[in-house]
Amino acid sequence: MTKVFQPSPSLPPPVNSVGPVAWVKQNLFSTPANTILTLLSLYIIYLLVVPVINWGIIDATWSGESKAECTAGGACWAFIRVRFDQFMYGRYPIEEYWRVNLSAIMLIVLVGMYAVKAVNKTMLTAGILLVYPVIAYILFAGDVFGLQRVETELWGGLFLTILLGMIGIIASFPLGVLLALGRRSNMPIVKSVCIIFIETVRAVPLITILFMASVMIPLFLPDGLNFNKLLRVLIGITLFSAAYMAEVIRGGLQAIPKGQYEAADAMGLTYWQSMILVILPQALKLVIPGIVNTFIGLFKDTTLVYIVGMFDLLGMIQLASHSPNWLGTTIEGYAFSGFLYWAICFAMSRYSMAVERRLETGHKRN
Amino acid sequence: MTDHNMALAQLEAGESPIIEFSDVNKWYGDFHVLKNINFSIKKGERIVVCGPSGSGKSTMTRCINRLEEHQKGSIIVDGIEMNDNLKNIEAIRKDVGMVFQHFNLFPHLTILENLTLAPIWVRKTPKKEAEEMAMHYLERVKIANQAAKYPGQLSGGQQQRVAIARGLCMKPRIMLFDEPTSALDPEMIKEVLDVMIQLAEEGMTMVCVTHEMGFAKTVADRVVFMDAGEIVEANRPHEFFDNPQHDRTQLFLSQILNH
Repeated sequence: MTKVFQPSPSLPPPVNSVGPVAWVKQNLFSTPANTILTLLSLYIIYLLVVPVINWGIIDATWSGESKAECTAGGACWAFIRVRFDQFMYGRYPIEEYWRVNLSAIMLIVLVGMYAVKAVNKTMLTAGILLVYPVIAYILFAGDVFGLQRVETELWGGLFLTILLGMIGIIASFPLGVLLALGRRSNMPIVKSVCIIFIETVRAVPLITILFMASVMIPLFLPDGLNFNKLLRVLIGITLFSAAYMAEVIRGGLQAIPKGQYEAADAMGLTYWQSMILVILPQALKLVIPGIVNTFIGLFKDTTLVYIVGMFDLLGMIQLASHSPNWLGTTIEGYAFSGFLYWAICFAMSRYSMAVERRLETGHKRN
Repeated sequence: MTDHNMALAQLEAGESPIIEFSDVNKWYGDFHVLKNINFSIKKGERIVVCGPSGSGKSTMTRCINRLEEHQKGSIIVDGIEMNDNLKNIEAIRKDVGMVFQHFNLFPHLTILENLTLAPIWVRKTPKKEAEEMAMHYLERVKIANQAAKYPGQLSGGQQQRVAIARGLCMKPRIMLFDEPTSALDPEMIKEVLDVMIQLAEEGMTMVCVTHEMGFAKTVADRVVFMDAGEIVEANRPHEFFDNPQHDRTQLFLSQILNH
């Protein structure tokens, strides 16, 4: 008679190996050395956190009209409070702030519509990338439909920072994809052009490119032909980060097994079809951390526009903390801008992790 | 008369070949990987290609849909010469399905999307029609209930059956198999071979690189043995296995059959 194989039932893990108490025991106090390290770390955290809380909250001054009124010994948050609007909008005319606010609200609503199931996502993306920028530009710059003209020189603060960051990110991404594909192309001329561009741009500091964009280019342009400094700076930032983006994406392209390219070819897909439908979706997913790294880097690098006389968030803070009323408030300004940059970059990082999880299809190789 | 016999009858009647290799030579750098390959395959023929690793059997098969380029000689597939003309290559690839050793399913697409991708984008089949066809082929390989899953959630044998169905969705005139069972666990080889046998019985022109000698005996019209980039021997299976002409073939068969 044959025996019937019956797998043994799966049992739950022992009780003392799960739960928070077990976790603390295993990770913080498992050995005497570990216990000493834990206590020492707690003490160092205590040493660091207490003065920061004292300075930033307990001893801080929250209202007032000048540095002289901040007498409590702690942070002078009155500075941020009084100058807040300038930090947000730069030198944009106060009575026109609503135009910036309206554009921001429109963008938030449009992006929020991705969460609505009934909306056609392709149309929405096309709207955000093609229609929204036109509307936003009209609102920002004015000069039509009875809107007052606002020169780009007046755009500033967090508004300018986000504008530079977003346009830089959105424009450099497709350019980076094209450069990465070009660098892996079989066509020698396309390939060389891409390599020369990437290697040249990567070898030059962003400050140099910004100086070139704002100072040098106008010298070479014929008289009368002159285009906007903001636009020149934007092109500089975009080209700069496209070169980095290209190398990140190339890493992803190289990580895709040869079999994927062959399977796509063997089906009769054209080059562009196989790239867009098969290779890029996988390659880009692989390098999301690298792409977001570049985005975050670009976003923070936009602070360099201060060097060429544009007043982004950091620029406005510098400017304000040098005004006679507020001398000696640099630390508060930097703390505030540091917090804003951190919040935005951290949000980007969390968002990218969510995207990675959503795109996970059980093919992880780990 | 079964499809198989009909195909054999056509073969005997001397129809013009669907694949023809004439003096094909290929090099990887200095390495001469294919040497003077002369071989033709008729419509409906089932060819099994075997040989030791590095003998050029995969390379030869991959020349048929130009995943590899040959440098000398000519390969004519379905009346079209394989050369640098991209339009010719794309035209041939539409009609030649391929199944790989490592399946090469697209991990970011569901099983159904894997099957409908080429029909929709290459053949311009309407999406609904492509999906119906895909489900039909998934049923044929007995895997229709997995259509919404991703390749990473399927076993190797299931993935390879999906890969075969994916090839069939383009309604190919020729199917190429490049060691389709070599990456599979022994328990899964049979389910893939069964699908291939079924396909062979329906009269599909097949070129199959494999070490499954049982499959070769039951299914092949001819068995091709390659070594060092040359075709050493090509014969009907019973001749090939029972009465190999070449001592190299005898050595290979003794090694592969008596392990």
